[in-house]
Amino acid sequence: MVTQQRVRQFIIENFYVQDPAELREETSLIDGGYVDSTGMLELIAFLETEFGIQVADNEMVPENLGSIGRIADYLRRKAPGVVQR
Amino acid sequence: MCGIAGVIALQEGLPPPSLDDLRAMLGALRHRGPDEFGLYRDERAGLAHARLSIVDLATGQQPLSNEDGTLWVVFNGEIYNHLELRAELEGLGHAFRTRSDTEVIVHAWEAWGEGAFVRFNGQFAIALWDAPRRTLVLARDRLGVRPLYLAPHRGRLWFASEVKALFAGAPDLPRALDPEGLAETFTFWTVVPPQAVFQGVSELEPGHLRVVSPAGTVDRAFWSPRYPEEPGQGFQGSAAEAAERVRAALEDSVRLRMLRADVPVGSYLSGGLDSSLVAALGRRVKGERFSTFSIRFEDAEYDETAFQREVVRLVESDHHEITVGRRDIAEAFPAVVAHAERPLLRTAPAPLYLLSRLVHQAGIKVVLTGEGADEVFGGYDLFREGKVRRFWGRQPASVVRPRLLERLYPYLARSPVAQQGLAREFFGRGRERWREPGFAHQTRWQGTAALQRLFTPALRARLGGVDVTARLLADLPAAFPRWTPLAQDQYLEARTLLAGYLLSSQGDRMLMAHSVEGRFPFLDTELVDLANALPPAFKLQGLDEKRVLKRAAAGLVPESILARKKQPYRAPDAMAFTGPGVPEWVAAVLEERAVAEAGVFDPGSVARLWKKCQATGGGAQFSNADNMALVGVLSTGLLHQQLVRRPPARATDIHCRTTIDRLAPPAGPLPPGQQPRGDTHGHPAAR
Repeated sequence: MVTQQRVRQFIIENFYVQDPAELREETSLIDGGYVDSTGMLELIAFLETEFGIQVADNEMVPENLGSIGRIADYLRRKAPGVVQR
Repeated sequence: MCGIAGVIALQEGLPPPSLDDLRAMLGALRHRGPDEFGLYRDERAGLAHARLSIVDLATGQQPLSNEDGTLWVVFNGEIYNHLELRAELEGLGHAFRTRSDTEVIVHAWEAWGEGAFVRFNGQFAIALWDAPRRTLVLARDRLGVRPLYLAPHRGRLWFASEVKALFAGAPDLPRALDPEGLAETFTFWTVVPPQAVFQGVSELEPGHLRVVSPAGTVDRAFWSPRYPEEPGQGFQGSAAEAAERVRAALEDSVRLRMLRADVPVGSYLSGGLDSSLVAALGRRVKGERFSTFSIRFEDAEYDETAFQREVVRLVESDHHEITVGRRDIAEAFPAVVAHAERPLLRTAPAPLYLLSRLVHQAGIKVVLTGEGADEVFGGYDLFREGKVRRFWGRQPASVVRPRLLERLYPYLARSPVAQQGLAREFFGRGRERWREPGFAHQTRWQGTAALQRLFTPALRARLGGVDVTARLLADLPAAFPRWTPLAQDQYLEARTLLAGYLLSSQGDRMLMAHSVEGRFPFLDTELVDLANALPPAFKLQGLDEKRVLKRAAAGLVPESILARKKQPYRAPDAMAFTGPGVPEWVAAVLEERAVAEAGVFDPGSVARLWKKCQATGGGAQFSNADNMALVGVLSTGLLHQQLVRRPPARATDIHCRTTIDRLAPPAGPLPPGQQPRGDTHGHPAAR
């Protein structure tokens, strides 16, 4: 499964999204109320296990984690060998 | 404490109210007042009363009338200053037949009309029927301690202390959840009066009276909260003087509530400052032992036993404890929702339901609690958070200011949100609008409203563009913008959660479920007026909450209680419904067909939520969103099952001690074969 889809699937299942179509690449996960502060921990834990990376403190910013598109971009930069387009 | 109910005709040509309907309403309120029942009926109106006898046990029966039997009252609550009002009314020439505070109400209405209610220091829901003028007057205490619901239906107005009595009295009243009521619940954590969660039902607003007469209906506030509007207004003394005044006012308040009862009064003890102070003052004014009651939790995270016992040693009370575990909450929850009559996003009412059962078993009918102190004296974290976020909003680019949030929420230091970027997203959103009404509450409201994504597409479509937050903020007092930010936050906190949640779902409903009356010293009229007049820094000094109250409590409660960090009252939420041994009703409520039938939540989303919660399991950490979502889905399902789908029960075994039936034939010998049922008929002068 391509990276973006794996992330999207995780968010749909764990943040009980009713209509996957509402979740676009650029939908803000925080503003949209999908992910609260504990949810952010869940998301980071998922990224670390699923993609075998370590998210550094200074990487925990909305620019990296704020939407599915940004997460995918971040993963591509972080672990280019692991993730697929 | 009691339950009241009634019905009046709003148009001509209707048959008189039926005694069976009135008795059915009483049946639904039996838990509120199991001691005695009473009815009044004439051509147009019926009044019903279920009594929990506390004041004037011998002659305090209701309905009760004025001297000539033209004005009738049913009343739920207490008028603490009834002795003073009675003396005043006697001076005006009114003659009293009983010792009860109920009788004060009819004479006060005769003497002062609409001006009567603002003179009452107490907690009340009142229905007055002026038969010759065909006028019904409904009134509810300032802060909404006592409930009162209304439903116009087929040319009549039905009213009652609880919605289930409306459904029982008028079984053809449609029963359905209201989309806007649900949107409010999944934003503010509860409906805000007059909005109710059932279609066609409304709640009389706190501090309001409604007059229904042939001339029409008028609803107006007889009281509304006020705060200083500019520096020269309000309390001008020193912090020490303020603490002295608060201490004296609270002691007076406790004295009225502890001593004005003809039955023993106990006290709740959470281990926090507020209830500890009430218990300590209770001991002082009573001068002897009384009973205290505490909740302990099996989960250490929620438990406060050590602090509770420290206060028990100080006040030397007859202490009673109940230990609550996760399964206890899950097992009690269906009954909790049936009593609360609204969706709940927290399980915190459940332990209070179990606690009132303990009180009942101990033979106590009245308890004092510490409820209200956080609203009145600024105790909530939300007030501190609002202060930090406004401080930050004034310098939105500051990287230092948001770090104050870590002082409020130490967990943030260990969370990704400690990182600047995320903190800005979670707490800093919209901080440039720090001057706007509702700024402090927006984080909570938006976070909760996000749960509406679980609603079915049909419900979302019916809601269309309804914005319950905008609706609330468009309906603020004219003076609101001139109040200090803290006063604005206190007002909104009380408006959204005091009557609708704390005093009902965690108050009246859980207490009355086991026939226990709660009394709330912090909501005393004079104490509230004093607290509202204080400068904000006397309440929230820096980030130190309830400053003046702590100062007032010095020397009265143990030092450790004063020094401890405030612990919000919480109970295990989602974890109560996951893990081994969960009661069967949980799976039944979450079943796809049941979710679809209730029509509120999308079954697929609920299935994903449930799967996630089960995977998280019994011990682990649930997010705030998951906790609220699961508890909200379960409680809404239970509400639908118990109050919407199930036809209302109509009790047939209600025997009234008092029946005033103006339609009954004149009393005479009973026809052969007809047995008296212990009822008294006719004018109460005959009693």
